[in-house]
Amino acid sequence: MARTRRAKILEHEYVPEHRVLSMEEAVELLRRLGVKPWQLPKISVNDPVAKALRAKPGDIIEIVRRSPTGGRAVYYRFVTAYGKA
Amino acid sequence: MASLKRELREAKKVLPPSVYEELEAKLAKAEDLSEEEKVWVVREAVKIYLSAMVQPGEAVGTVAAQSIGEPGTQMTLRTFHYAGIREFDVTLGLPRLIEIVDAKREPSIPIMYIYLKDEYARDEAKAKEVARKIEYTTLEKVLDNIEWSLGDRRIVLRLSAEFMEDKGVDLDLVKDAINSSKLGEVVEDEIQEVEEDGQKFYLVPVVLSEKLIADEDLYKTSEIHRALEKVKKLYLKGIKKINKVMVKEVEEETGEGKVKWYYLITEGSNLEEVLKLPEVDHRRTISNDIHEIARVLGIEAAREAIIREIKNVLENSGLDVDVRHLMLVADMMTWTGAVRQIGRMGVVGEKQSPLARAAFEVTVKQLYEAAVRGEEETFHGVIESIIAGLPPRVGTGSVLLRIEAARKR
Repeated sequence: MARTRRAKILEHEYVPEHRVLSMEEAVELLRRLGVKPWQLPKISVNDPVAKALRAKPGDIIEIVRRSPTGGRAVYYRFVTAYGKA
Repeated sequence: MASLKRELREAKKVLPPSVYEELEAKLAKAEDLSEEEKVWVVREAVKIYLSAMVQPGEAVGTVAAQSIGEPGTQMTLRTFHYAGIREFDVTLGLPRLIEIVDAKREPSIPIMYIYLKDEYARDEAKAKEVARKIEYTTLEKVLDNIEWSLGDRRIVLRLSAEFMEDKGVDLDLVKDAINSSKLGEVVEDEIQEVEEDGQKFYLVPVVLSEKLIADEDLYKTSEIHRALEKVKKLYLKGIKKINKVMVKEVEEETGEGKVKWYYLITEGSNLEEVLKLPEVDHRRTISNDIHEIARVLGIEAAREAIIREIKNVLENSGLDVDVRHLMLVADMMTWTGAVRQIGRMGVVGEKQSPLARAAFEVTVKQLYEAAVRGEEETFHGVIESIIAGLPPRVGTGSVLLRIEAARKR
């Protein structure tokens, strides 16, 4: 039950596509943007979506939003250990 | 041909998807243009797009603040009641805008929009059934009166059959609820059905338990009232916090003619529990409580909700503000992974410059605390630079030039 409920929220209209980047992708991204991980926007490990994806602190999550202006916008969030759900 | 294709491929790398798709579609339709002209159109589109982009160093935050703030002065200060829905107050206008931006723990009127799965949404009777199932119902809601007397452990509940029908509660449910609670026992054999003025009532005698009220307290009116209050609050069915449910009808024009469907609006909000129900469309059902959305659906959903809510408020007030400003506000509010308010306790309060914080609210306290902590002012931001009379590091000011005098060519 718990797992289906977690999967359910990913289907919600308000929840954009989330994906955990692999180590290689993450390193490449940071090199391309020229930033340190802590300079990215953050997401808590306790965030329901991060939990559903089983993200760990230190991961970077790629978020593909449906933007009202650009059609599609890619955003990144750095998974942090603090913060409650 | 090849050159147009190449040109489009180059454009795809630069343009956002929506702009690119529109360009591609329009080019496909434009038959009176020659190959060469099309290439020119693509190049021009890219050029115009690039020149419309925000320049690096632009003070977008200031522009956003002005763009939301100025139309905000024209908003009504009064809380308006939504005309379309009877029995329902919806916070709109400035009070609601402040509520969102201040990230209040709970909105003053929490509301949920519950969409149902197809088989329930099409059928009014089924939609109503779901509404009854969701609505938080206590004994009080089906109660007409309680008969009691001093010194008597036995009370008689007078239940209105009309209310019970309306709430979808039957006698067995009430009996079970009372018997399984610690409040007392129903006297099964003495349940009566009476009719007065054409209205039906059930008389249900209940013997209150010792736990609820001790023997020596039976002669204290205040104690009996306390006990009766507890009986009234007895939970029968429904989801906590959902106080009122209304079924709304929508008529939609589709290819096969008019289609009616129904959705529910509730006063009070409990997203987590409602999403668990099998009848509910878990893709669209939403609350107006931003913190609740962040808790149940995650920070990105909260960002989306902030944008939609602010947009909704502004549109209802007849104001036209570009979504990009709202997106910036929502991004700032959700930057840390939790919803922060735009204020002294949130976005502004976490600025690293003490002068910028002091310029916002509680100036003396901010300066005092900054002094105690030995904070340093680096004059990187706009606000502190203006206070100090320095050119703010914005636009062309964000580039600093240094002359290396010692260096020789």
